[in-house]
Amino acid sequence: MGTQNAPIDYLPIVLMFVVALGFVVTTMVASHLLGPKRKTKIKLDSFECGIEGQGNARLPFSIKYFLVAILFVLFDVEVIFMYPWAVNFKELGMVGVMEVFTFVALLLVGFYYMLSKRALKWEE
Amino acid sequence: MLGYTITQWLFGILSFLSIMFGLMVVFSRNPVSSVLYLILTFFCIAGHYLLMNAQFLAVVHIVVYAGAIMVLFLFVIMLMNLNEDQEPQRTWLTKIIAAVAGGLMLFVMVGSLKGSEQLQLQSYGASQVGLVKNLGKVLFHDFLFPFEIASVLLLAAMVGAIMIGKRDIK
Repeated sequence: MGTQNAPIDYLPIVLMFVVALGFVVTTMVASHLLGPKRKTKIKLDSFECGIEGQGNARLPFSIKYFLVAILFVLFDVEVIFMYPWAVNFKELGMVGVMEVFTFVALLLVGFYYMLSKRALKWEE
Repeated sequence: MLGYTITQWLFGILSFLSIMFGLMVVFSRNPVSSVLYLILTFFCIAGHYLLMNAQFLAVVHIVVYAGAIMVLFLFVIMLMNLNEDQEPQRTWLTKIIAAVAGGLMLFVMVGSLKGSEQLQLQSYGASQVGLVKNLGKVLFHDFLFPFEIASVLLLAAMVGAIMIGKRDIK
């Protein structure tokens, strides 16, 4: 990796995004325009493994999902701090290891709290 | 092309798209499509970060915001029982309070931007501080204390989420 980095170096990635999006949009539009449309009520029904759908899909659901998601986000943010450390690992040396271990140790307290409160146990 | 460089063209397109998607977040009636427009806004902002040569921030923005925070937003929408027939009635009082809060927010943002013309900014995209390596050096030397405090913040968020989410905590 060179020390000088310009935004224009990312043009290939932008082009890749454009091509990927363009392919999806083109195929969707083409299949919409070219394909035959024979709509019946049964065809437009939502598929529920062969069982007739009933009720409303918009029900408030359990907060356990939210708890799992928010804990995931917190550890996700923790991992993001490790990328700059990993890139600079050799230069930072032992000091860097101590810094990051302090960081992780504080979060491990939270992890231990999570386990001790059985936050991820589903049937409780 | 009309005297603009390709970076300026990209900046213009990205700014237009982010403002347009941001407005669509506000104006769309369906909260789920609102969240989906917010994801597109985040992608446009990540493009801005790339233009400013802050590649790490751009990737983190997509991974954390568009990936994880948006899942939380969707979960919140699904936790609240948002059927159309039981939408909460908004009274005049709540509308006035919302307008005042939004106005104050605008006031703070304009005030914070007011001093920015005095800043000596480097030419657009030439700064090298946003690269992962330079960012890591700054983070682990100059901003070591805020970095450690960030872990306390995450810890507090974790404990708070468990306290609120767990019904009968022992």
